[in-house]
Amino acid sequence: MAELHLPATLPPLFPGLPRELDVEAGSVDEAIGRLDEQWPGLRDRLCEPGPKLRRHIRVYVDRGPAELTTELETGSRVDVIAAISGG
Amino acid sequence: MARVVLLVGTRKGCFVLESDAERRDWSVRGPFCEGWPVYHAIYDPDSETIFAAAASEWHGSAVWRSPDLGETWEHSSEGLTYGEDGDLKLSKVSGVSAAHGRLLVGAEAAGVFESTDGGKTFSLKSTLDGQPGRDAWNVPSNQPPGHLGMPAILPHPDDPKRFWVIVQGFGIFETTDDGETWTPRNKGLRADWPLEDERVGYCVHKMVMAPDKERLYQQNHVGMHRSDDAGLTWTEITDGLPTEFGFAAAAHPHDRDSFYVIPLDPGHGRVMPDGHASVWRTRDAGSTWQRLDQGLPHEDAHLGVLREGMAIDALDSPGLYFGTSTGQVFASADEGDSWSEIASYLPAISSVEVAVLD
Repeated sequence: MAELHLPATLPPLFPGLPRELDVEAGSVDEAIGRLDEQWPGLRDRLCEPGPKLRRHIRVYVDRGPAELTTELETGSRVDVIAAISGG
Repeated sequence: MARVVLLVGTRKGCFVLESDAERRDWSVRGPFCEGWPVYHAIYDPDSETIFAAAASEWHGSAVWRSPDLGETWEHSSEGLTYGEDGDLKLSKVSGVSAAHGRLLVGAEAAGVFESTDGGKTFSLKSTLDGQPGRDAWNVPSNQPPGHLGMPAILPHPDDPKRFWVIVQGFGIFETTDDGETWTPRNKGLRADWPLEDERVGYCVHKMVMAPDKERLYQQNHVGMHRSDDAGLTWTEITDGLPTEFGFAAAAHPHDRDSFYVIPLDPGHGRVMPDGHASVWRTRDAGSTWQRLDQGLPHEDAHLGVLREGMAIDALDSPGLYFGTSTGQVFASADEGDSWSEIASYLPAISSVEVAVLD
């Protein structure tokens, strides 16, 4: 079970989606897939065709930079970050 | 009594302005769509739903929808994609139209998407493959900043298989078989730059249809133009206007000879000339033009209005509305003769559309 922390901009798009939740997944991609099953369309908000992470989305696993293929272990902390950009 | 509703798309979400048929006092609600940049928002009278084409820098593109005039919203991008392997990438949905029980959505890279389930899912209808210019128009080096790809789709009011699209920087294309085949409709337009193919390469900003459904008007990068044969040929009608450049245009809903434009300085400033806010109207199909500025600021008003930034309602005395790049909305309840400012501090406005509800 991995511990997911989502950006503040995401929950308003999907009713019932919390900022923090636990997900059973073996990789970042799989974790996003689990969320997409429960909140259809969520993958599109984080990923673009490829699939790859959107340009202004970053993922860190246990504080280290991660990609969709990064593996997760029991107790992994996954931080999904919307870039501090824009105006 | 009728309710008049304005849908205002801005760089920071969608706003809903509302009044009665007098169109004197207005309420403002919003921002909606979580503050995403909204390129175009419309009201579909058939489904009684607001649709907003939006694109977030962080979370991508989607079409938002509200079935209750903005009280609740959902969004979807399911099917709004060129796929995993193709050479096209969807950066934004830039225009939306509703007619004949479906949505048509224009995108960048240039393509038409369709939704037949009220905006829940979409499918790619056409990327105009094989048309002249097609190989060039999605190449980034050919595109200006803020490229919109296919910013507008104009459905024929009676024929569901017939509609026109604007491909930014290349011109108008018409289909009469629901996107199976296309024909460029740019004959007679002016281009002040070299053309490799005379059929395309025209910078059409906005096209609107007169109530007879045969006459079309357009605001072009170089000139105002009129077509009396549904786009087969075009005639320039710029003479009498202060500049040949502008983005927005509106056709009178009851008089085929009346048409409105907002001329702008043609340089990169692209604001109203001399800081004097004005809308210009012809009542004789472009032979003569009249400045409409009563109630608009005459000094230091360096206002820009984008291609979807003006709308006209269909009441007996039509109301005219425009929104600016600096967040003001101006309204006229008397066909443009006099104006008042009905919102002053919105984010930069991309689009204004109007609906009259019974």
